[in-house]
Amino acid sequence: MIYSLLLMLGVGVLAGIFGAILGIGGGLIVTPVLTLGLGLDIKYAIGASIIAVIATSSGSTIAYLRDEMLNLRVAMFLEIATTVGAILGAVLTGIVDATVLYFLFGALLVFTTYNMIRKLMSKSDELQEVKADKMAEQLNLNGTYYDKALKKQVDYQVENVPGGFTMMFGAGFASGLLGIGSGAFKVLAMDTIMHMPLKPSSATSNLMMGVTAAASAMVYFFNGSIKPGIAAPLAVGIIVGALIGSRIMQRLKPRFIRMIFVPVMLYLGIQMIAKGFGVTI
Amino acid sequence: MDKQKSTKQEEMHQVEMMIGYILRIGVMVSAIVLVIGMVLMLIEGNGGYPNGVEPHSFATIWAGVISLKPYAVIMLGLFLLILTPTLRVAVSIYAFAVEKDRLYVWITTIVLVILIIASIIGYLGN
Repeated sequence: MIYSLLLMLGVGVLAGIFGAILGIGGGLIVTPVLTLGLGLDIKYAIGASIIAVIATSSGSTIAYLRDEMLNLRVAMFLEIATTVGAILGAVLTGIVDATVLYFLFGALLVFTTYNMIRKLMSKSDELQEVKADKMAEQLNLNGTYYDKALKKQVDYQVENVPGGFTMMFGAGFASGLLGIGSGAFKVLAMDTIMHMPLKPSSATSNLMMGVTAAASAMVYFFNGSIKPGIAAPLAVGIIVGALIGSRIMQRLKPRFIRMIFVPVMLYLGIQMIAKGFGVTI
Repeated sequence: MDKQKSTKQEEMHQVEMMIGYILRIGVMVSAIVLVIGMVLMLIEGNGGYPNGVEPHSFATIWAGVISLKPYAVIMLGLFLLILTPTLRVAVSIYAFAVEKDRLYVWITTIVLVILIIASIIGYLGN
């Protein structure tokens, strides 16, 4: 038992660091370890990964709030779209064709990969000119953060608010219907569509994914999908990892974080398209 | 204008500090409960329940916590952890109210209501 406890703690620490830096939750690491590595039933793996998402979110948000890395207004405004979408998606499970959604969202992630590579290629990389739209000003969404890697205060504007809101609704819908995490789509909506800088996008996604997951976590908690012996060391490891990761992230160059994103987004995109074909990677 | 902006930022900063403080307490409490549960599990060598049985209703968890059954203590810790994001949203409403930002008091209240509805659906759905 000590062995499995230590293994889960270790996996948790890794997933926490990784999840906090990218703002995509720990499911990406936790689920394959549990299903492929330990042969755990997918039902329990999903329960564990929901706990992982909340632990990553709560652990990392402590530092991101203190250091004013995240944008609380953007988070709350977009959270409406995600949660409504998630509930609707859960209700419509079995009515809407999941295959189409897998293709659509998989393609979106592949497109984002392309977009991120293009951003890496261009020299002006992270300092893009963004004109705030009227809606962003009315909603007071523009923000500022201190970049510890660039050693300067970065003021930023937000654009295409309706586009980001729609994307978030879609992400919530997909996560409710397909039972997938939506962290990657949250970063996509903020970074690619609303042109927020990458660091606040990731930090804000971290805050949001915990709130979104909390809604569905109750379902899993009460229907017995959560194995206490696995979830506990995982959660504790992730909290520790997320505390570390949220400190590392602030010191990384935005460009470097984007480089980590490229393979992750591509992997998630291909995985989803494959699921559309009925293949589970 | 500039002065107004800086006081606003200062206020926002304090608000974020407060949310962060409450969140930190929530995370710490749930982590401590989880660690206690794991230590109990190591001492007793099992979860305190027959193989394949785990407590997942309020009544069984509560009864298990009182008799210090490892799995029940862990489930309590996990439940507290699941509550932290909701707590964060609730505190944010208060924070925006202190700032007199009525628009965001509304927006955040809507989020909380949706969250509570979803939790109830989840609880009743089983």
